[in-house]
Formats: sequence, C-alpha cells, structure tokens
Amino acid sequence: MAEVGQQHPIKVYALVWLLLFVFSIGSYFVDYLDFQGHLRWFLIIVFMLLKAGFIVAIFMHMKWERWTLITAILVPPLVLLVLMYLLAFEAEYAWASRIVYFGDEVSPIPAPPPTHVGAH
Amino acid sequence: MAEAAHEESGPLTTIVNDWSSDVSTFKAVPWGKAMMWIFLLSDTFIFTSFLVSYMTVRMTSTDPWPEPSAVFALEFLGTPVPLLLIAIMTFILITSSGTMAMAVNMGYARRKKQVFWLMLATALLGASFVGMQAFEWTKLITGEGVKAWTNPMGSAQFGSFFFMITGFHGLHVSAGVVYLAIVAWRVLRGKYEHTNYEIVEITGLYWHFVDLVWVFIFAFFYLW
Repeated sequence: MAEVGQQHPIKVYALVWLLLFVFSIGSYFVDYLDFQGHLRWFLIIVFMLLKAGFIVAIFMHMKWERWTLITAILVPPLVLLVLMYLLAFEAEYAWASRIVYFGDEVSPIPAPPPTHVGAH
Repeated sequence: MAEAAHEESGPLTTIVNDWSSDVSTFKAVPWGKAMMWIFLLSDTFIFTSFLVSYMTVRMTSTDPWPEPSAVFALEFLGTPVPLLLIAIMTFILITSSGTMAMAVNMGYARRKKQVFWLMLATALLGASFVGMQAFEWTKLITGEGVKAWTNPMGSAQFGSFFFMITGFHGLHVSAGVVYLAIVAWRVLRGKYEHTNYEIVEITGLYWHFVDLVWVFIFAFFYLW
C-alpha cells in the first residue's frame, strides 16, 4: 500500500459484518445449548479469536498495512500471554493452599436473602 | 526544516522540534494514525491486566463463582433467557462497527454527508449500548443485590470485577460517542476538506477497538 489512506470495497465490510454476526450467534449458542468442559472453552476461544481477527484485520485494516506497523502493534501484546501464564501458575497453588490451610473457614457463602429465592 | 532558527528557543521547543523532525518509520501512515495505534496498544495492556487479575481471583476463589449465564438472564415472555441483553448489546456493537467501517469508506470517497450520517448512526448505536449497560447495572444492583463487595450468588469478588471491567469498557464507549459526535460534526462543517479524511479512519480505529475489547469481555466474563 503505497498511497496514504485505506479504501476497500463496501462488499468486504459487509461480508465481515455478516461473519461477526454468525460468530456471535455461535458463541451465544455455546451458552444457550449449555456446552460444558473443554468443548465449551474451546468453542469460546475459537469464536473469540475469529471475531477479534476479523475486526483487527479488516475493520482496522491491519491486513493492508506494512509489516513494520503490524509487528510494532501486534507483537508487544504477546508478552501478556506470559503474564497470563505466570498468574495462572500462581493461582493454582494459591487456591490449593487456601483449601489446605483455611478449609471451610474461607469466607462462607452468605445465605441469599429470602426475597431473592427463586427470583432468577 | 530551518533547524538553526530554533536553536535559540527554550528546551520544550527543542524537544518538540527534535521529535517532529525525525524520519517516519511507519511509511504511508499519517502520524495521527500511528499515535492512535500506540494508544490502543497501551489500552490493550490495561484491559488485559484487568482480565488477567480477574482470572487470578476467579481461579483462587474457594467460593463458587456466580454462574454468569443465570445472573445475566432476562425475562422474555415469562421465561428467563440466558444472556439475552448481553447478546443484544453485542449485536448493537457489531452493527456500530459496520456503520463505522462504511463511514471510513465514504470518507476516502470524500462524501461528507454520508460520513456524517454513518458516524452519527455509529454514535447513536454506541449511546444505546451504554443505555442498556446502565439498565443492566441497575437491575443487578437493585434487583439482584450484586454489589462491588458482596452478592447473594457466591464469590464476593464477582461484583468488583464485573463493575470494574464493564465500567471501564462503558467509559470507553461513552468517550467514543463524544469523540464520534465531535468528528462527525466537524466533517459536516468541512473542517477536513483540505485533508485526506484519515481522521475518520483514526476515529474508526478507536471505535473498532472498543468493539474488540467487548469480544474478549463477552468471552471471558459472560461465557466462561
């Protein structure tokens, strides 16, 4: 893309718009059909990444940018995966030690007020 | 240009001149667009920090985490439909992203009126999103007893993360509505006639980012 400015046919936008609707309906039905466990997490992640990818690539025009801008913007967030990994790693033993050392004493769930029973 | 003339100026002028005289790294990218991308990059870090801390707290909580599917259900024709309002809000935001993308397109075609109306439509869809969020918050706080420090369904931290994350996102949408309205008005008044209308694309980047963040909030907070 030598010239300044990003102009692309409306058709491409309309197609992506439609795809985003389809993916959103898909992720909504993951919940509606009450999928559980690994299948649920897998589908949530797949639909999420598909939506995010199309928004960034087409709506935000990353597909048509030069590699310099693409790498400058999209590579740094990858370090956040390290943050996520580290905190997930920490969380596991933090949770385990809470169970071991506090057991049932860890803030018991407050009984729901009577007015709300069966309200949802 | 004319460096010698600025040599005697104060330190602030020197700094500004030096930065602005640098060669362009991002070829064919207007500086405003590069700056918007860098701002969005920093915003990505903020939102991710929120979501990762939410993950940590949810993983370490020994109380059961409230079931979002049930918490965010909405009565429709007498039966509770899970995540109904959230689904509608998601579709509204996607639709607003579509109208925004078309506004950018019309901008580069220099069709002022179309840009104005499409941006206005985007802003109105954004405002309706914020309105629905206000409705959702009211329903949760007054109806379901979800507070930032407690709730009747389980882990006490649920409320604090819900209000912080969706609140910060809602703030972005609200700011975006104002931003869109201002740019749309200036487009209509011909303030950007002398430019290539890249301002519309820059505004669009911000708006699509708000939609992008919602994709992750929807996945990790409402569906997980």
